[in-house]
Amino acid sequence: MKPATNVRAYRGFFGITLLCLFILYAPLVVVTVYSFNDSRSITVWEGMSLRWYADVFVGPESGKFKEAAFNSFTIALVAATVATAIAVTSATAIVRAGRFRLRMPSLGLITLPIMVPEIVLAVATLIFFNSIGISRGYLTILIAHIAFCIPFAYLPVQARMQGLEDTFEQAAMDLYATRFQAFRRVLLPLMIPGIISGFLLAFIVSLDDFIITNFVKGAGVETLPTAIFGSVKQGIKPNIMAISTMLLGVSVIMVAISYFAAKWDNTK
Amino acid sequence: MAGGGVQKGRGPVSETYAPVRYPLLVPAWAVLLVFVAAPVAMMLVYSFLTKEFRGGVIWEFSLAAYDQFFFDRGLFGDEPPRIEWTYITIFWRSIWQAGLATLLSLLIGFPTAYFIATRPKDTRAIWVFLITIPYWVNLLIRTVSMRFLLREQGPLNDTLLALGVLDEPLRLINTNLAVQLGLFYSYLPFMVLPIYAAVERYNFTYSEAAADLYATKWATLRRVVLPAVKPGVIAGCILVFVPSLGAFLAPDLLGGAKNFMIGSLIEEQFKGNAGNWPFGAAASMILLTLVLIALLVATSLQRRAEGPR
Repeated sequence: MKPATNVRAYRGFFGITLLCLFILYAPLVVVTVYSFNDSRSITVWEGMSLRWYADVFVGPESGKFKEAAFNSFTIALVAATVATAIAVTSATAIVRAGRFRLRMPSLGLITLPIMVPEIVLAVATLIFFNSIGISRGYLTILIAHIAFCIPFAYLPVQARMQGLEDTFEQAAMDLYATRFQAFRRVLLPLMIPGIISGFLLAFIVSLDDFIITNFVKGAGVETLPTAIFGSVKQGIKPNIMAISTMLLGVSVIMVAISYFAAKWDNTK
Repeated sequence: MAGGGVQKGRGPVSETYAPVRYPLLVPAWAVLLVFVAAPVAMMLVYSFLTKEFRGGVIWEFSLAAYDQFFFDRGLFGDEPPRIEWTYITIFWRSIWQAGLATLLSLLIGFPTAYFIATRPKDTRAIWVFLITIPYWVNLLIRTVSMRFLLREQGPLNDTLLALGVLDEPLRLINTNLAVQLGLFYSYLPFMVLPIYAAVERYNFTYSEAAADLYATKWATLRRVVLPAVKPGVIAGCILVFVPSLGAFLAPDLLGGAKNFMIGSLIEEQFKGNAGNWPFGAAASMILLTLVLIALLVATSLQRRAEGPR
């Protein structure tokens, strides 16, 4: 028998949920739509056009944007790769190596970059590079990105490893596989979904970072976010909306892949 | 052989790689100690050094940075110290702005999280996915989008004017409200997700029992559901409040000079030529202390909420 009224449902909550989604998406939709605007002005709509996308690639500022895109993507690729490798080894120690005294402190250290406010981490990193005399540039951005990407790569990797029983590795070792072989041939392949998920999240976080990059970049080296910020300071131009829309697309695609990778069950 | 099983909570932990646990942790410790922990320690040291004009420091112990933060000793530094309100006001404004943004997120985020958690199991994941996507979109792009939307001649005003809701455009950019909206928009998913997780674990037979005992729906929500999901609410609040407190982009792009927050104050010390590094380091240390206090308060509230009922 069904109860007369549903005790779970509250009137108005559905409306608020729609409002919530509207608030989250409206600004993104508006910028995407206006990036296709043919007009030179950002206020007037003059019909569909791809001219600002063309402008990004061949326009007067294209050199700057290409260089920034190159820096952004290479830094994100290297930082996410290194961070994921570190995440996998440390997750193995924390999830698969029993209880030991440094276990929880290690976990605390790994999550430290997300506990400290970003601007504080930016200041600290800048001061550190300055005090040991490394001049700011591509390398300092890369090092800073590796460090703050670690927790983002770690969390999906740990979640995946906790979801896997160690019976497969135990079976392999009972059949005289070495510990390294069990790791390399059994655990690692099973970890692939978590590794992909962690790598992609780290990649997006690196690609998106503005604050820390802005502090440690030094003069002359730009990434896409710092280049966009520099342009926006002089007013929002249509080509910035085109770049933003493309970057937005990259993020959405990567999050989608990461999401489905995390759900992928390859143990069967 | 050491057992397998799921390693949740106090259950058994796999010991497969126990002999190599320390070598496995070396890379993480090396990178994070050198490039995160050491820099934060270094920042503490810098906050006690003497400033060099045009940025940088002189290696001489000094309390000048903290003194400048809290006290005003006149133009030449020889007057009796009075409380310096400039920076305290900026910090206070930041706490206030972050607090309002958190409240706004809670008002919208709680019903959303509750609604999602009461959907059928197979559609929940889609709702959660929809809430998460915007978080992964570049924060700078989201803030710029917000600025574009709220502009005086932007789409929001155009729409409201065209609909006849307004007679003249709202001046939202460079107001406190715009900053709150920006912060709210930046961190809203952080509020929804932990509350969603808490409501999903909530046992709805309690709500049914309350209804059977003639509790109204709102009384049930306030006195039965809310206490049960409180840890999730606290987690959500802290996840919105902490990043809002040190935010730079929303105040900078939406607030303008009058609505200066901690993030901009710190940034100014390092990016401009008038920079004062020890002062920037001291302001960062004070911000970090505030964050730690917020975290401690949240943890103790959470412990109390989770305690025996």
